Amino acid sequence: MSDPVLKVQNYTVEFWVDGTWYPAAVDMNFEVEAGRVLAIVGESGSGKSTTAMGIMSLLATNARMSGSVKIKGTEVLGADNSTLRKFRGKEVAYIFQEPMTALNPVYTIGFQIVETLRNHFDMGPSEAKARAIELITMVEIPEPTTSFDKYPHQLSGGQRQRAMIAQSLACDPALLIADEPTTALDVTVQAEILDLMRGLKSRLNSAILLITHDMGVVADMADEILVMKDGNTVEHGSSDQIFNKPQHPYTQELLGAVPKLGSSAQRPFPYKENAKPAPVIKLENVTIEYPKRGRIPAFVAVKDFSLEIYPGEIVGLVGESGSGKTTVGRASIGLLPIKEGSINIVGNDISKATQKELRGIRRHTGIVFQDPASSLNPRLPIGESIGEPIFLAGLAKGADLDRKVEDLLNSVELPRSYRNRYPHELSGGQRQRVGIARALALTPDLLIADEPTSALDVSVQARFLELLQDLQSKLNFACLFISHDLAVVDILSHRIAVMQNGRLVESGERDEILKRPKDPYTQRLIAAVPVPNPAEQAVRRAARLASK
Amino acid sequence: MSTTEVLAIRSPAKIAWMRLRSNRVAFYSGFVALFFVVTAFAAPLITRLMGLDPTVQYSSRVAETGIPFGHFGGMSFSHPLGLEPGVGRDLMSLLLYGSRISFTVAIITSVFSIGIGMVIGIASGYYGGKVDAVIGRISDFILSFPSTFMIVALSIPLTQRIEATNLARDNGARIIVLIVFFVIFGWPGFARLVRSQVLSMRERDFVMAAQSQGASGYRIIMKELLPNLWPTAIVFLSLSLPGFLAAEAVFSFLGVGVQAPASTWGLVLSDSVGYWQQDPAYLLIPSIMLIIVVLSLNLFGDGLRDALDPKSDRG
Repeated sequence: MSDPVLKVQNYTVEFWVDGTWYPAAVDMNFEVEAGRVLAIVGESGSGKSTTAMGIMSLLATNARMSGSVKIKGTEVLGADNSTLRKFRGKEVAYIFQEPMTALNPVYTIGFQIVETLRNHFDMGPSEAKARAIELITMVEIPEPTTSFDKYPHQLSGGQRQRAMIAQSLACDPALLIADEPTTALDVTVQAEILDLMRGLKSRLNSAILLITHDMGVVADMADEILVMKDGNTVEHGSSDQIFNKPQHPYTQELLGAVPKLGSSAQRPFPYKENAKPAPVIKLENVTIEYPKRGRIPAFVAVKDFSLEIYPGEIVGLVGESGSGKTTVGRASIGLLPIKEGSINIVGNDISKATQKELRGIRRHTGIVFQDPASSLNPRLPIGESIGEPIFLAGLAKGADLDRKVEDLLNSVELPRSYRNRYPHELSGGQRQRVGIARALALTPDLLIADEPTSALDVSVQARFLELLQDLQSKLNFACLFISHDLAVVDILSHRIAVMQNGRLVESGERDEILKRPKDPYTQRLIAAVPVPNPAEQAVRRAARLASK
Repeated sequence: MSTTEVLAIRSPAKIAWMRLRSNRVAFYSGFVALFFVVTAFAAPLITRLMGLDPTVQYSSRVAETGIPFGHFGGMSFSHPLGLEPGVGRDLMSLLLYGSRISFTVAIITSVFSIGIGMVIGIASGYYGGKVDAVIGRISDFILSFPSTFMIVALSIPLTQRIEATNLARDNGARIIVLIVFFVIFGWPGFARLVRSQVLSMRERDFVMAAQSQGASGYRIIMKELLPNLWPTAIVFLSLSLPGFLAAEAVFSFLGVGVQAPASTWGLVLSDSVGYWQQDPAYLLIPSIMLIIVVLSLNLFGDGLRDALDPKSDRG
């Protein structure tokens, strides 16, 4: 039978908002055959998730769909609920981005898989359990029988995603819809999950619809690619076509914005090796511990960490989640107490400073947070947020302060009129610019940037990184740039420090670390980064699997 | 919008006021609520202008059965809302004088319990640790107290104490006792609400951002936390005002609060229950008044909350 598993024709999704129909996906046409992967890529708000959720009519009630969606030849658009239920889970399974929220925290993963099985098949409890353990084994969760009785919070992020996959595979679905399946995961874990999905695809012969914004993941997985922008199909073609001969300017722009590991030249150091100026910040053998709370034992987040940053230098701090990089960043400006060692900022030892002295020292530092939505007070207009540090430092008031705020907005390329806006009225990239403006309000000597781009789309990220570089060369501040994304760190930093489990694994000049990593962990980390080039990615994958 | 208007700097308070103005329902509800408050406090002036007196018994206008002559509880030009059955006092002046006491009790208790709850809740949530533990146990203790029995049992001796200090007499003393009890039992609920909000807000990055800029604890509370707590306070206020109005009525009914010849809405209402078949207007008029006041306060509270919330539509 040559019928594709999924055939979508003239498919349009619209939302009814405030008396108007807003199109979210317009006139989509695509199909996926068994054993093939179609990736829908696009930036946030492009309608890729809406498209995927609409296939099984999982959208909010203000959505309207038209056109045709056929699964194995059966029309499902406009089908009644009982028909849809038969398809959901059994023929079409979803894998979501955040396994912690997609799994029910009060049931064991085994129970949840059994539930899915018994929902769709006439199966006894013991039979279902045996099958569930089989599935857990298939997705390579260690100790399947013990893991069957584990709750989601007892598993690591990667294991949770595996459990999600096991659950979605329970009924041998013909179509697997994976909505950003690896976005919440670390690169090394992401690589493992991608390997797993690739293996399952060939074993089960399912069709996969992959929704992602990550070009590296696309290069790794996809046979066919559909690029979306503002609800429209921009380009549709084979993986090779899209990556090597992109036709549409937007696709070219998108690919151009993706940072590529090892593609930028080493930035010249702002100082000479034999005549180093005094460091802006000097961390010596720092140990940071989260104290014991009730029955929760004390947790050592950072152990024996040393690092120096010189004026005008950007140091990238990389590591996976939980490696302690954010803790280092926050402790560096005295937001967290340190247990051992010392931190010295422009000649002041902050480990011994009183609260009052600390406030003075903080005038020399600025911090940009990861989540721009949470780091700005939702009830203050952004002009107030930006002006706050200047006001606190007693540098300006009234009309003077207003002028300074406007200058800062100018410097981060935001219109001056934005000062009256509230954070929620700005886009993610704009909010992060406000975050930078606020951090630079006092022209600090040291800027801590804690994953400032991880919440941004690639094209926004590219512009943001440019802006940061411009500002840095103009103002010449030292910067600790914390990121999990090696490619971003590659673009910005002079030097790189790698952390694992609270320890500094390796540090040195950028090219030393990225091209000739000495530590096995760094090597693994670099090998796991998917590159946005299918041919190269295939080579890297083979090399990674061979080294295992 | 013209460019000059865009560039004008608008403070959060100004923006809120603009939005409140554009929300008609809230704006007019505010007017209605304000009207009632003003008339309540201008009660002596109004009654004098109309030639009425809440203590005069117009017994000639009341039948021997106690029911006033005429339609709708004896409505007429001289008595716009009719007369009280039985002794025959003027209902409008009763309600006006009554609202003075009722509103005073409700407003003072609401404002005080929210004020105290706010300060204690913020302290408990922001400083945490021992401060939180001590405050938490105290509020647990108060919340677990059988407050109604306590007020009934202790109000008489306490009223006597207050009278002995010559601070206030009779109804004045009883009102003070009521207010003090209401506040004591009123703040812990709000403090808990504030504490839980502060706890979750303290972990947000914007508080850490303020810290990293060198803001003091006081500044963080005033500038970062408080603006985020106003909506909670306003909702709580618009719910607790009618709540305290009713509570005052209940305790007056139980004989602990205000006593005749003074009057409150609670007293009038509890009295009217006995006449609802013979003189339904006597029950309906104060009930409708109460509904109007409560409704307008709630609608105004809703509007104010929306106006202060930057995420709601900009009118």
